[in-house]
Amino acid sequence: MLPWYVLLLPLGSAIAITFFTLRFKALSSFISIAAVLGSFVGSWLVFMQSNISAPEFTWIEIGAVFNVPFGCVLDNLSKTMLVLVSGIGALIHIYSLGYMRDDEGKSRYFAALSLFMFAMLGIVLSNNFVMLFIFWELVGFTSYVLIGHWFERDAAADAAKKAFITTRIGDFGFMVGILMVWASTGSVVFTEIASRLSIVANHPAFLTIAALLIFCGAVGKSAQFPLHVWLPDAMEGPTPVSALIHAATMVAAGVYMLVRVGFIIQVSQTALLVIAWIGTITAVLAALIATQQSDIKRILAYSTLSQLGYMIMAVGLASNEAAMFHLFTHAFFKALLFLAAGSVIVMLHHEQDIWKMGGLSRNLPVTFLTFTAGALALIGCPPFSGFFSKDAILALAYERNTPIFVLGLLTAFLTAFYVVRLLVVAFLGKPRSEIARQSKESPMVMTGPLIVLAFLATLGGFAFFARNFLALPMEKNSALFVPLLAIIALTLGSGLAIAVYRNRASEPFDIKILRRLFYVNEFYSWLINSTQERLSRISAFFDRWIIDTAGVGGASGGTWGAGALLRLIQVGNLQAYLFLFGLGIVALVYFAIFH
Amino acid sequence: MVTLGDYLIVSGILFAIGFAGVMVRRNLIIILMSLELMLNAANLSLVAFSRFQVQQSGLPDYNAQVFVFFIITVAAAEVAVGLAILVALYRARQTTDVKDITTLKF
Repeated sequence: MLPWYVLLLPLGSAIAITFFTLRFKALSSFISIAAVLGSFVGSWLVFMQSNISAPEFTWIEIGAVFNVPFGCVLDNLSKTMLVLVSGIGALIHIYSLGYMRDDEGKSRYFAALSLFMFAMLGIVLSNNFVMLFIFWELVGFTSYVLIGHWFERDAAADAAKKAFITTRIGDFGFMVGILMVWASTGSVVFTEIASRLSIVANHPAFLTIAALLIFCGAVGKSAQFPLHVWLPDAMEGPTPVSALIHAATMVAAGVYMLVRVGFIIQVSQTALLVIAWIGTITAVLAALIATQQSDIKRILAYSTLSQLGYMIMAVGLASNEAAMFHLFTHAFFKALLFLAAGSVIVMLHHEQDIWKMGGLSRNLPVTFLTFTAGALALIGCPPFSGFFSKDAILALAYERNTPIFVLGLLTAFLTAFYVVRLLVVAFLGKPRSEIARQSKESPMVMTGPLIVLAFLATLGGFAFFARNFLALPMEKNSALFVPLLAIIALTLGSGLAIAVYRNRASEPFDIKILRRLFYVNEFYSWLINSTQERLSRISAFFDRWIIDTAGVGGASGGTWGAGALLRLIQVGNLQAYLFLFGLGIVALVYFAIFH
Repeated sequence: MVTLGDYLIVSGILFAIGFAGVMVRRNLIIILMSLELMLNAANLSLVAFSRFQVQQSGLPDYNAQVFVFFIITVAAAEVAVGLAILVALYRARQTTDVKDITTLKF
């Protein structure tokens, strides 16, 4: 039963907070934190036991056609994810205590956070597509609630809506993909699908389409091109939410799902190629955009996109190990970066523009040091964790697809450039505003998680540490050549950034296409205007004039008009009625007698 | 010799006078009286039918005469109700002229 307890604890907390303790903010936050800590301890216990199993329940049973069990899968992959999700979740819950200290909706926030933990752990544990899909949607919903936590701000409400709708587009494809797999194999359980996959093996086109549709779900949730537009906007939410959901866990759910169903995807070479290229395009585009952003959270958001691109690239290169390895290290260093950024933002009274910061290293030493550790991990500087996982992906790309390898190196160069730019502009140099000058270090409850995460981000990549959690990608012969190139790219990028941005007071370049995010948002509004908007205008016309006016209005108007006409006969003169009555009788008699 | 036709002609004339009275007069009392005239025109023709419908026993067919009694009774009741309405109407509107009674008109 232990895995179920791990899953249900956060749900219980969400229910308890919503129904009972919404008014008692401190109590709500403690319930939530206790639940997530319980889940974390449970996850460790699950992780430590080698052959643990959980009872399976029948959930939906329709003859032999459609059977959905409510069961959980407990292999190394899900155990690692369990520990990762609940561990980072626990740290971020504690951090939230500091970040959301004076927030009006603290109870609501913690309830949503607990519900998110439930949904995310559900995704990790699901042993079939239907369960996975439902938790998948629940994650989308909680993400919506949390992005829109400060819903009084229009930007936050819009961002929440955008995130939900955009991911739903991907999820629709995902659902169709699930249906295709079910239609062909007759099962939604992963293990059964795996054993019956030979049935579909001689329909490669069908399988390719199914795999790509399932990939659609990951494109939406993991914010890959062309559905990446929601993630940067999602930064309107509270920073711990950005760290937990939009950097470390939820967006990684897409990658986890692809790894989980890797056995389907890896059958089709075409699907793999498409996936690899989508990942590569996302990685490069996001890195390019990040170089011109000035909002600290948005820079991190684009770096998340870029790193997710790497993971998807690894999935597309048919290496689940490399993808999971990068997911694992990325979760630590990206959560760290976001939380450190959050610490900066809180201490600067919600100032997010890096050009108004500067010189923060003196006032916020702990934040600065931990942020630097995260940044070095992100750019793949040895010996920080990112180096190992990124190197694994690059080595893989070098071996299997040269153009992708080159673009991967380019992304590594760009990553180094914009991350060092962020460090130099925000933390070094002179303070460029009064708030930056007077800033102070964050409280222990916020720096504590930062320090823990900084250790994990530093150590996470070493084989002696990561080996306990993951199957590491194999060491290849090219192992020396590739990291050398990666380090050169990294040095060039950082060197360039330092040379350009040292002692600058404002952005020296203005590259319009990057500032406008490659016009993707503009393209979408144009697309929606020219298709959906037009279609809805036609339907509105049809509804208003054909259905409302001609149909409903015609019936009521016809009745009313007939009534108005008939009313004219009712003159109200008794004798006129009598006269007509007499005429009628005469006519009746006439017809009765003479015809 | 007076024939059935003569009775019916008289009855018809009475009915026509009553009908015309109902049609053209504006005073409700006169209209009620004209209605009575029409009913009695009908009674007259019924009595005439009874008189000229001789059965095998040599007696007239009394069915029609019984019918006339019923009509007289009903007419009495009708006048009672009609006059009561009239009185109530007069109390409410101070008029018995049909031209003034147009509340039900649209």
